[in-house]
Amino acid sequence: MTTVLLVDDVHASYGRFDVLRGLSLRVAAGELVAVLGPNGAGKSTLLKTVAGFLTPRQGSIQLDGEEIGGLRPPALLRKGVAYVMQRSSLFPRMTIQENLELGAYVRKTTAEVRQDIERVLALFPRLAERRQQRAEGLSGGERRMLEIGRGLLLRPRLLLLDEPTMGLAPLVMDLIFDKILEVRAAGTTVVMVEQNARRALEVSDRAYVLEQGQTRVEGRGEDLLASEAVRRAYLGSGVAGR
Amino acid sequence: MAHSPTGLLPDRRRHDNTIYYEHVLIVCLLYVVLGQAWNLVGGYAGQWSLGHAAFFGLGAYTSTLLLLRANVSPWLGMVAGGLVAAAIACAIAFPCFKLRTHYFAMATLAIGETVRVLFLAFDWTGGANGLVLPVQRIPSTRDMLWADKEPYLLIILVMAIAMTLVIVQVERSRLGIYLRAINQDEEAAARLGIDPRRYKLAALAGSAFITGMTGTFYAQYTTYIDPFSVMPPMLSVRMVLVPVFGGHGTVAGPIIGAFALIPLSEAVRVFWGGRGIGIDQVVYGAIIVGLTLWMPGGVVALWRRRRRARLVPRVA
Repeated sequence: MTTVLLVDDVHASYGRFDVLRGLSLRVAAGELVAVLGPNGAGKSTLLKTVAGFLTPRQGSIQLDGEEIGGLRPPALLRKGVAYVMQRSSLFPRMTIQENLELGAYVRKTTAEVRQDIERVLALFPRLAERRQQRAEGLSGGERRMLEIGRGLLLRPRLLLLDEPTMGLAPLVMDLIFDKILEVRAAGTTVVMVEQNARRALEVSDRAYVLEQGQTRVEGRGEDLLASEAVRRAYLGSGVAGR
Repeated sequence: MAHSPTGLLPDRRRHDNTIYYEHVLIVCLLYVVLGQAWNLVGGYAGQWSLGHAAFFGLGAYTSTLLLLRANVSPWLGMVAGGLVAAAIACAIAFPCFKLRTHYFAMATLAIGETVRVLFLAFDWTGGANGLVLPVQRIPSTRDMLWADKEPYLLIILVMAIAMTLVIVQVERSRLGIYLRAINQDEEAAARLGIDPRRYKLAALAGSAFITGMTGTFYAQYTTYIDPFSVMPPMLSVRMVLVPVFGGHGTVAGPIIGAFALIPLSEAVRVFWGGRGIGIDQVVYGAIIVGLTLWMPGGVVALWRRRRRARLVPRVA
């Protein structure tokens, strides 16, 4: 399978403190990969670095074999790296339609953008019904869907999701995971950081467990879920789970 | 029109108050233009400038100095005044756009005052004595000087309509959406590839350009300028208050604000004359307090809220 994202021995830092310390991972085309790990392991930092908000101090990041480490975020957007950040990044006093249009800022051809907005809305029928309503009136789950939809507008090669289910009710969480699976099924490669490790392992093809800025464990979701060591170390002891 | 023997004043002994009402209308329209200009950067882009009087003064001084020193027609001087104001705005933008919200407002307040004090100190601008326009040439279309109010009324009316149409266009355009996005969440906008500094700069420069042109108009209208008359801090405050009272970030806001607030100052002048100086400012102070407490979003928001309340049936 072709490799979409290759992260090789990357070091990145905020100021003097290295958060990523020689991190490596590989994501193949069409994969849904979960990135797990305790707080401070470097999960969000990894996504920020791939999306261009941090410059790697050392190491290489490649998208489809092309070096992208150190490129600025707009350039990466154009190359097909979409990033949905952890905190809400919607414009509350704008309509759903306007929020989506803004997601296509880096592309100017309006006819194509209009088509893509329809495609995204088809994926999220609940948003389609309310396209002229302001984003501030949406529920937490709908907001997340709108953000993911906005990320998909540019038909990205790689979609980076930073804790897409944070703060959502369990039922809504399932809905979001279902949507992420739909996105993957449509051919988009997805890398997602999740706190809810058990559910993330259930839905993802593969997962990486980070610790202190490095990859500690890597494997297929179901294998990691079954691994006693991983369970005990990273998923808490509540084995019975949900 | 017949003129009095001095040739300066129109020989038209009106017993009605038409001239006075024309004056009030001109000042109201002046504030429509200024309010719309401020609205562009303050209302849409969310950058609250409290130093816009500096751009007004720069426009007035540029065209007046060009007319007095180089005999450049104010029609051209007006554009030059706008350009000078826009250029200074760009220079200010570089350090100031690093600051957010209150800090930006405070920085622009300080810059506005600095420019006024500089113009007081400069010799080549006439210092505190100010500059008198060549009134001996009245009436002269080339010099934009007339004894009657009608030509001025026509000019400022055209400017007010043009500026309002520009704002309508901006609101409908991509630029308007980008400015509102930056206003609501600058970081999120930047993450979508929108460069906030570029758009904020465009809004500030455009706003300063129009404010500078309006400064030229004011100089031609009053035929005398000094730093106190064209750059008072109160002018900056009114330029904010007019759109904010009506509803900033809306097209109607500055129009409502100008016609609601400006006649007030003029009425105070009529009723109390010199003794009334400051009374309008007391009233403005009260309005600011009232706005903060009861109607954030101004008259337009109040009206929209009422209409929504009527349209949406109350759920028991």
